[in-house]
Amino acid sequence: MSGGEPAAEVLEPVSAAVPEAPARTADTEAVEDAAVLDRATHRRVRRRSRALLYSLLRPWRWQVVVAMAALILENVAQLIGPLLIAQAIDHGIPRAVAGDSGRLMWCVAGFTGCGVLAAAARFGFFRLSGAIGQSLLLDLRTRIFQHARRLPVAFHESYTSGKVISRLTSDIDAVRDLVEGSLDGLLTSLLTVAGITVLLLWLDLPLALIVLVSIVPLVMMTRWFRERSQRAYRRARNTVADIITQFGETMNAVRAVQAFRAERRKHAAMNDLNEVFRDAHTEALGVVARYTAGVRLAGNIALALVLALGCWRVNEGALPLGVLTAFVLYLRRFYDPLDELATFTNLYAAASAALEKISGFLATPSSVPEPEAPKPLPADRPGRGRLVFRAVDFRYAADGPVVLHRLDLTIPAGQTVAVVGATGAGKSTIGKLAARFYDPSSGQVLLDGVDLREIADADLRRELTLVTQENFLFTGTIAENIALARPGASRAEVRAAAEAIGADAFISGLPDGYDTEVRKRGNRLSAGQRQMVALTRAFLADPTVLLLDEATSSLDIPTELTVQRALGALLADRTAVIIAHRLSTVLAADRVLVLEHGRVVEDGSPRELAVAGGPFGLLYARWSASLGEDADPDRPGAAPGAR
Amino acid sequence: MSVNDAAPRRSGSSFTALWRLGPYLRPVGVPVAGAAAATLAALLCGLTIPLVTQRIIDGPLTNGRTGQAIWLILLVAALGAAEAGCFYGRRKLIARPTALVESRMRADLFRHLLRLPIGFHEHWQSGQLLSRAVNDLVTLRKFLAFAAVFLVVNSLTLLVGLALLFSIEPSLALVGLCSFAPLLLVSFFFETRYKAAAREVQDQTGHFTTIVEETMLGIRVLRSFGQGRARARVFRDQARLLRRGEMRIVRIMAALSTALLILPELGIAGQLALGGTGIAHGTLTLGDLVAAVTVSTYLRWPTECIGWALAETSTAAAACDRYWEIRDTEPDITDPPRPRPAAQPVRGALRFENVSFQHPGADRPVLRGVDLEIRPGETLALVGATGSGKTTLAGLVPRMADVSAGRITVDGVDIRELALTELRTIVGCAFEDPMLSSLTIRDNVALGAPDATDDEIRAALRTASAEEFVDALGPDGLGTRIGEQGLSLSGGQRQRLALARAIVGRPALLVLDDPLSALDLHTEAEVERALRRVLRNSTALVVAHRPNTARMADRVAVLADGRIAALGTHRELLDSSAHYRSLMSVTPLRTPGAPDGEVMSR
Repeated sequence: MSGGEPAAEVLEPVSAAVPEAPARTADTEAVEDAAVLDRATHRRVRRRSRALLYSLLRPWRWQVVVAMAALILENVAQLIGPLLIAQAIDHGIPRAVAGDSGRLMWCVAGFTGCGVLAAAARFGFFRLSGAIGQSLLLDLRTRIFQHARRLPVAFHESYTSGKVISRLTSDIDAVRDLVEGSLDGLLTSLLTVAGITVLLLWLDLPLALIVLVSIVPLVMMTRWFRERSQRAYRRARNTVADIITQFGETMNAVRAVQAFRAERRKHAAMNDLNEVFRDAHTEALGVVARYTAGVRLAGNIALALVLALGCWRVNEGALPLGVLTAFVLYLRRFYDPLDELATFTNLYAAASAALEKISGFLATPSSVPEPEAPKPLPADRPGRGRLVFRAVDFRYAADGPVVLHRLDLTIPAGQTVAVVGATGAGKSTIGKLAARFYDPSSGQVLLDGVDLREIADADLRRELTLVTQENFLFTGTIAENIALARPGASRAEVRAAAEAIGADAFISGLPDGYDTEVRKRGNRLSAGQRQMVALTRAFLADPTVLLLDEATSSLDIPTELTVQRALGALLADRTAVIIAHRLSTVLAADRVLVLEHGRVVEDGSPRELAVAGGPFGLLYARWSASLGEDADPDRPGAAPGAR
Repeated sequence: MSVNDAAPRRSGSSFTALWRLGPYLRPVGVPVAGAAAATLAALLCGLTIPLVTQRIIDGPLTNGRTGQAIWLILLVAALGAAEAGCFYGRRKLIARPTALVESRMRADLFRHLLRLPIGFHEHWQSGQLLSRAVNDLVTLRKFLAFAAVFLVVNSLTLLVGLALLFSIEPSLALVGLCSFAPLLLVSFFFETRYKAAAREVQDQTGHFTTIVEETMLGIRVLRSFGQGRARARVFRDQARLLRRGEMRIVRIMAALSTALLILPELGIAGQLALGGTGIAHGTLTLGDLVAAVTVSTYLRWPTECIGWALAETSTAAAACDRYWEIRDTEPDITDPPRPRPAAQPVRGALRFENVSFQHPGADRPVLRGVDLEIRPGETLALVGATGSGKTTLAGLVPRMADVSAGRITVDGVDIRELALTELRTIVGCAFEDPMLSSLTIRDNVALGAPDATDDEIRAALRTASAEEFVDALGPDGLGTRIGEQGLSLSGGQRQRLALARAIVGRPALLVLDDPLSALDLHTEAEVERALRRVLRNSTALVVAHRPNTARMADRVAVLADGRIAALGTHRELLDSSAHYRSLMSVTPLRTPGAPDGEVMSR
């Protein structure tokens, strides 16, 4: 099984049903993205989709049974109808002609009763199946979402939000069309066909045999159809995901697109996708056209044959006229559902293409799984917040370059460490490993002696918070965005945190203060203001270990100083790792680590290192020079390359 | 059941909403008409078959002339084949046109959205836009491909069927008519309610999409704070709202479908009773009754189908309303009717004349009367406190928004008199948010110059000190994909890519919003050097937070309270402006670990 699914309570039914399912990787995804699948992939994918469908239906099996019963009742009632008509024609009317209309009226009353019963049963079925269908979709949506939010950051970087959105909206719509529009159609059709077959056999065996023989080409056509239409729908599913991704990315960067006059190019790129999508649908509908026409042709030819044989037999006196009439009436009802069946088969093909994608997504294992038996982190443990990297090697991809080489690092509880180094030296990686966005390729990261991989996610997040350079704001008010760090925090707490960081002044100056809607992605706030909100979040979260990665880059200097003062108070008694860009931040730290190419080349207090003559000393000198430049711009030793 | 039950949002009849599809439907008129014709023909074949059957039963079978029966049976077979052929034709003909309508509408929506100003995009959640561009248009296509045709054809079927019934026996036909008439009323009642419910579901789908997108884009923040579970609750609440809307539709459909089942059945029962009595009195033949009941049975499906098609029509109309809500928004930042050509050669003299700006709906202006001039070849740094409006001011130059009052000129021409593409060719931008997409490095940089060769892209990357890290990313170099929003890169790397993008097209005027904020200590000096090289040859407006960026500029303007509060060289301002000194102050935090003041003391 896929290496310990993360807290997979919702996934278990699927997993249990497909014990042999291999873990999905980028490779299998590429294989499945092809429109024509090879036989083995096709079988695997189909089994996986079916298992998913089954696991979705299982909690509702009793409701399904009741709905089916209602449906059967409806169909039986509807089937009896023509029987009563035949009765009326063969017996009721002759008697009425003879002066006794009682039997005819009984038939009419019976027919009406059947109609009412059928209607009532259908009403019940509709309500029940609608409820089942919607609950099932809710379940499926929740599963996809839960799985998506548990998948690691690395997954989302390459999968893109557009694809997750298409799984959750467009693919779900295809499943909904199936659940909503046609389950009743399918069951009705099958039941009708089965019921009518029995009736036909009972009415007249030779005529019924003609009808049964006509089923053979229908089955063959259906097989052909399923394969061809699924191919088209698979292409449609892939393309719609691309359309959504393209659309979302363009809209999220619309400022750049407009500023760089890329409207035409983006439009052309969208058009290309649009055309593929259009062709896929044209193809799908073309296949439907051939199929439905074929079904209808088979039905009509059978009708002609029945008529021919029927006439001959009526002529011979082997068949009563009323029976032939009833037979022809039933035959119409036998073939009409076949159109429905075609509709269902079509929707099923579309939905299975979607289910293939959804089940594939759900089968993606997390590369950062939750522990099965998490170790507790008691709140009263001594010396909270000791962070240790033990012989950590890390590379982002199995064949990618090594980013960290055997990093051994112990950060005692309460220490503030500034990490400096050139781009690509591995600074941010240290933060990401400590926050368990990734797991080390080898070695261990430990918090208070416990491997991060053994700590329950909820516990880890309570202890440790990473504030990154990107400061995403969600739709909602400023207060809601701050309270994201601690749901349930009171307004006073939110305000206190903002005051501590120095964000209160600008927030209070906004039109609605803390209740100001931030608009899309907080666009109305400046980058610096968004960073203030992100930092306020961290303050409110009140973690044992705080990791700050370029978290103050967009602040103006007075604001940054305020923030640093606040952080100074905040960090006094907790562990902190600060990826630092500014000398002031570094100097405020207890300890500086200088990274070069994934190795720690210097480690010590800023005061020691400044005069130690190593890389930090060099940096320090350059800094001092650049700061001093304001006083004396032409002094020797100014920043290299200046002027 | 009063009119008051109708949803307040109902913006007009479904018909008027769908009527606006006209321009899209016209070019595909011929195939659509062909499809309708095929459908009608199929219908006629379908209706004729029972009539011929009746002739067989009433004629040859009753009087024993089997010879005639053979021809009639062959006729049934021929009609059956024709019906099947028409079935094929209808779908085959409708397939491409409907897919075409969908893709054209989507393309037009997309193009329209790209023309709409930033102000619009700030207001609209991208989920709402996305659900319109995808879900609503798919709904429309399905409506056109299936329901629309069925609605027309089945209405006709009903009419033709009724006419047939009348030709068979008027009294039976009247009974049949009575059973179908209430259908109209029922449908109308449902249309009003149903459309509101459909609209509700579509709007909820938009919210739903927004929540999903934000969750995925903000996954790092959620992960950091361990709030995935809380977010899942938000998601579930929205998914439940969506389900509630869908359940409303289910309830309406259940009632509608029940009514549609029972009415024709009652009609047939009535015909049977009346017909039987008629036969008993010798006013009807058995064949007439059989034919009437057969036709009525045949009409059951079209009747149900109309109910379903009407529901789909309402849904499509609601989707249409949503679509046009966007399309009806006029972009207010457009090309002038008669654009003036820019002065040649472009010198890049940029002038703000008494420029004011206020966000629509905001109660106070961000900028009030900014006067500022940037001479050709000059670099001007714009400095101000967080939230003082620097980014807003910079965004006015490429017309991301238009000034509320005053004007901005380039080489003496008001930028609103230039064609947008010309203005944006002259101006190259790098925003504080790098705005990268999950494409390759090449595609991201070449956004600023689509025809740039790899050499030119590399040159731009080199200037922005980005070439080295790009090559280190992997063997694909420029072809490396950088992940959604480029977030697999560090902030400094993303900023350098944005810088490369701004300069690759060699714009005469550069607008750089805080281009060095995310750079680390090691890279800063390098990029600074590169930036100096770039700035030496162009006119530039640079938003700055740091002394080293400000120092690079020829002059510095300080923005405070929506006005230029001070203007001068970095050194002059350090001497003259207390506000500037505080903005550029470098007094460090004194903590036990810091070397006390030994650096900062001057």
